[in-house]
Amino acid sequence: MKLSMKTYVATITVALLAATAFPACAQQKLVSAQSDISFTSKQMGVPVDGKFKKFDAQVAFDPKKPEAAKIAFTVDLGSATLGAPETEAELAKPDWFSLKQFPQATFQSTSVKPLGGGKFDVAGKLNIKGSSRDVVVPVALTQAGPNTTAIGAFVIKRLDFRIGDGDWKDTSMVANDVQVKFKLALTGVPTL
Amino acid sequence: MTDSASTRYTGTAIVLHWLLGLALVASFCLGLYMHDLPLTPHRLKLFNWHKWAGVCILTLSFVRLAWRLTHRPPADLPMADWQQRAAHVTHQLLYVLFFAVPLVGWAYSSAAGFPVVVFGVLPLPDFVPVDKALAAAIKPWHGWLAWTLAIVVLAHIAAALKHQFVDRDNILSRMSLKRA
Repeated sequence: MKLSMKTYVATITVALLAATAFPACAQQKLVSAQSDISFTSKQMGVPVDGKFKKFDAQVAFDPKKPEAAKIAFTVDLGSATLGAPETEAELAKPDWFSLKQFPQATFQSTSVKPLGGGKFDVAGKLNIKGSSRDVVVPVALTQAGPNTTAIGAFVIKRLDFRIGDGDWKDTSMVANDVQVKFKLALTGVPTL
Repeated sequence: MTDSASTRYTGTAIVLHWLLGLALVASFCLGLYMHDLPLTPHRLKLFNWHKWAGVCILTLSFVRLAWRLTHRPPADLPMADWQQRAAHVTHQLLYVLFFAVPLVGWAYSSAAGFPVVVFGVLPLPDFVPVDKALAAAIKPWHGWLAWTLAIVVLAHIAAALKHQFVDRDNILSRMSLKRA
């Protein structure tokens, strides 16, 4: 009992020390209900919008110390909505997301470059369906009280990740460029 | 040159009739063939062609209706009153369906989240919101209305053939691409 109390106190002390010593590394929280990740693909010139309903982020970010930032993302690919139910059923198949094998897409930041005015270039590795690519994601931050909103958009090449394989490789049917847009609501981000 | 004694439709009306007739038959057959194909690039291509054809049919129908409203058709051939009335009702129903079938198809496409982009370059506006429940509600109507149109077209053809070959009143010459 004595021992466990000691461990407890020690843990608390270390945690408190850590929190005060590195306030910038305090984790920020993603408010999922107010966040949005969507994508737009083009099928024979027709823009078709989709959304991911389930995703999570681990963010350690101080706008004043962007070089120390760590941003990690996971997106449940099975939570995608896309047009008709037939299309959604199709997404699970090996030619598309191959959900059984690759249920999640991940992003892990490698560096964050401040551009001024609340804008940052977040570089990192995007991993979808077992393929990893370096991407640079422009992010704009706005703050209102305790809430920070991060907005950004970038384009991925679907064939880099073998999304739409086999018969679907033809980019005249489904364009290679897929626009990804996000709006992330975060709490606990230090002021800009 | 009024062609007034004419028992023929105007040249423009005749061309529009056959062009639209051809487009309707082609679109209907395409719709029948493609509607339950598995999701492949082939299906995607055919669906887009079908939508483009629908937009052409809609456009042709506007031109045709405008022409019909501004140009008097030839007088009816002598026939029983009920036949005249039936012919006119059939024609009115055809015109209503020329618009209804493609418009409902367009609405379904929009509601399902696939806006119509004519020939892959001209985006049409959505006049209904993207809404899965709405899409599911609209979907069967496109098929039912198309089938209704097909049946009315068959009745229209059957009546014309009956007049031509049973009554021998040479009705087809009114709409023939060849001048008698």
